[in-house]
Amino acid sequence: MAAGRVVKVLSKTLPQAVPTMLGIVVLNFLLLKMLPGDVADTIAMEAGSATAESMAALRERLGLNLGLFDQVLVYLNNLIHLDLGKSARLGAPVTTLILGRLPDTLMLVLTALGFALVTGVLLGWIMSAFAGKWPDRLISVVLIFVYAMPGFWLGLMAIVLFSVKLGWLPSNGSASIGANYQGWAYFIDRLRYLVMPALALSLFYAAIYARLTRSAMLEVQQQDFMRTAAAKGLHPIVMQFRHALRNALIPVTTVAGMHLGNMLGGAMVIETVFGWPGMGSLALDSVINRDFAVLLGILLLSSLLVILANVIVDILQSWLDPRIELR
Amino acid sequence: MKTVPVLEVLDLAIGFPAARAVHGVSFEIHKGEMMALVGESGCGKSLTAFAIMRLLPPGARIQNGQVIFDGTDLATISPRELRRIRGNGISLILQEPMTSLNPVLTVGVQVAEIIRQHQNLSRAAAKARVLELFDLVGITEPHKRYDQYPHNFSGGMRQRVMIAMAVACNPALLIADEPTTALDVTIQAQVMDLLDKLRRELSMAVLLITHDLGVVAQWADRVAVMYAGRIVETAPVQKFFSAPQHPYSMGLLNSSVSNGEGAWHYTNHRLSEIKGSVASAAQATGCSFAPRCRHVIAPCHGGQPKLEAVEKGWLATCCRAQNQEERIHEFA
Amino acid sequence: MNAHSPRPSATAAAPGVAPARKKKTGSRAWRAVRHNLPFLIGASILLAVALIAICAGVLYPGDPRDMVTLPLSWPLTDNEYPLGSGSLGTDLASGLAHGAQASLLVGVSAASVGLLIGILVGAIGGYFGGIADDILVRITELFQTVPTFLLVIVLVAISGPSLPIIAGAIGVATWPTVARLVRAEFRTLRSNDFVLAARSLGYSTTRIIFGEILPNALPPIVVTTSVLAANAILTEAGLSFLGMGDPNLVSWGSMIADGRSLLRTEWFVTALPGAAITLTVLSLNLVGDGLNDILNPRSESNR
Repeated sequence: MAAGRVVKVLSKTLPQAVPTMLGIVVLNFLLLKMLPGDVADTIAMEAGSATAESMAALRERLGLNLGLFDQVLVYLNNLIHLDLGKSARLGAPVTTLILGRLPDTLMLVLTALGFALVTGVLLGWIMSAFAGKWPDRLISVVLIFVYAMPGFWLGLMAIVLFSVKLGWLPSNGSASIGANYQGWAYFIDRLRYLVMPALALSLFYAAIYARLTRSAMLEVQQQDFMRTAAAKGLHPIVMQFRHALRNALIPVTTVAGMHLGNMLGGAMVIETVFGWPGMGSLALDSVINRDFAVLLGILLLSSLLVILANVIVDILQSWLDPRIELR
Repeated sequence: MKTVPVLEVLDLAIGFPAARAVHGVSFEIHKGEMMALVGESGCGKSLTAFAIMRLLPPGARIQNGQVIFDGTDLATISPRELRRIRGNGISLILQEPMTSLNPVLTVGVQVAEIIRQHQNLSRAAAKARVLELFDLVGITEPHKRYDQYPHNFSGGMRQRVMIAMAVACNPALLIADEPTTALDVTIQAQVMDLLDKLRRELSMAVLLITHDLGVVAQWADRVAVMYAGRIVETAPVQKFFSAPQHPYSMGLLNSSVSNGEGAWHYTNHRLSEIKGSVASAAQATGCSFAPRCRHVIAPCHGGQPKLEAVEKGWLATCCRAQNQEERIHEFA
Repeated sequence: MNAHSPRPSATAAAPGVAPARKKKTGSRAWRAVRHNLPFLIGASILLAVALIAICAGVLYPGDPRDMVTLPLSWPLTDNEYPLGSGSLGTDLASGLAHGAQASLLVGVSAASVGLLIGILVGAIGGYFGGIADDILVRITELFQTVPTFLLVIVLVAISGPSLPIIAGAIGVATWPTVARLVRAEFRTLRSNDFVLAARSLGYSTTRIIFGEILPNALPPIVVTTSVLAANAILTEAGLSFLGMGDPNLVSWGSMIADGRSLLRTEWFVTALPGAAITLTVLSLNLVGDGLNDILNPRSESNR
């Protein structure tokens, strides 16, 4: 895909993303305002002692004596400087805390998304190829069950099977502590820790993509251009790959892009189950400790990630589907 | 004719699980000849055309008969051998140019694909050949067009792309299923002109599926009329239009609006319709057209009449076709 | 993909005769129900779960958190407590029954909140169009961008974990799905003949929206409701598992959390409530799919 096309897509989608971003910031701000007490209270609590005068001074310094609108502006200004405040419990800046956890969460979520896409598309393809026959029916029934299972419970059951009974996979953490693996061994080690949480997070989505791919593939098969492709003397596998699959992937990517946010939410629970040191366990810690600056920071950052994902999906779409005209 | 026909269809029967749709159709097409297969929608003409390439819709099956092409029976050869013929020996143009090209691939790739499938050409050589073909079918600025997508093309232009694709490997036979039905009248003529030019230049046989008798009169050499899954008349075009043998052919001509020479026209002749519908042909015994025929005589109910020669190269399945005197009298 | 059956358009300008779909499709719908095995299975399971939930207090009087027997007896080993007991000697069967109550309650009320907001926003935006619509669409998009589960957690963390708060939070986080659907329905329906007729008769806007258009937009909304309830149950389970559920209720999620520490040995304590969630969500999904086939006959092939 030409770089020019990417620029074109960006110039079209970014202006749409900015208002959403602003809206999320405002929403976040309002949630912050919903909290009992304000930041000054939090800081005072942290300090352990406070007088009325020092509180007033603190409020002025933090801009809390301003009108609501001005407060939003102050909040926005802080955001632009990547300042989300400080964790009441850990004392560290929220931004630093979150960014420290982000890579692990992204690894988990992106692996799960990738796995869900590959498995889902593959299963959907198989189902469409055997539409109405027993492989289709069998997979359908399995998917209906998978689609109804809570991911975290699936994870717990996987621990019972693969860690407790079979002893194949570790059940807690994201890497062997103190093992100091290098190169290939390091990769394998990380992978062993990643498999179960990623699987637990992804199966629900894999079920969605499988059903979607199945119906999209069946729809594509009836299109005239598939008959044209057959009339060219193409091998059925080439027809499926080059002609059918790419068309069927268009709806799947649209939906998958919308799922990133859900997966970030789902990752919270999964991370807790597997002791995965990501944003999710940080969020849970901050809920337990009522560390709202961190919690809201995570909410904000996750939302921004979703917007980013939407932009990426738009670019991907314009590549998959040239009919999306760039006006 | 002494030459071996390019395609010989023998007693071809096509059926769905519930019912048979084509009952033993036979015809042949010769080199460089444009033969038109005409009839109402649902008469089985498209099924017949698709069956030749074994591209029947799901559920439909060839139940009997042979499709002889290049000395082999396409109805029974292996899928692998069939793929060597599809696109190479026989190619296909579909009715709807808006949907017959893959929307997510560039037209260049889609035309190059058929060349690379059948000829051992490098990517660059295939592209050069595609540009040549685009030029041949009248697509201007082939270089620019190569990298564009179907949605950048008008209907007529897409049909030109389809034609470029179809003639890419110099096939001996081109099957065109209503290639101009979805196009504007002016574009129709251009596309038919192009097909006509190409079949002469490449001495390619064309099987034209259509319900437009105007198109038949102007471009086809020979015509076969299908009714309810059977060929009821096959004749050279001039003879067909001047003196149709089968009452159904007469009905078709009477109900068509055409400016072709010798054809009926609503300005000088009242358009008539054929009473009833194809559905009424399902009944078992007798000529399948009898329920709708205005000239029924006793033998019509005796059994399905055979395709019999009126004269050389002219056949019809009508009990009364042999009685020329009476026929001309009735028709006039 | 989302083909809806063609809407009958009322030619008569008689008041209050928005074409009622039920009348026309009644007998055909019944036949469709009887031939839809997945729907029947789903409906039966759902009915059974609902029955257990309603009768939980009668079947298992007393607090399901009470110690009633020896701790950690495996299922099918004790005739009195056929599903075994938890770590504190609680009766798992009683817990599951009471958990059904909590889950269904959350599912139903969260879906209602989501429906209420979604229908209001979607109906207003879809019917009026213009600036109101633009703003509402923006807000809908905004709420779709925020990760649902995180938003629920933040709301519950701020407002405190109680069943109404949890249900409300889930509803607030999930209404965009309904809003988009209702908006699309209203946009297609608002120019129909029966709406024009109602308008020409001088009906109030409220009456047109809720009395004339909404009944015709109901079938897809009904289908979405079951999905909404299923997702609400899953979300509530996740919340309770994280310890953010209503502390006064036994829910399936909290039972799973209780069983977590026993995973290495008495894994059935975790497995059973999870299976209950799966079965309930499964039944709701089957009912939703079934309703979709029954109410939109044209779309049955794409499932």
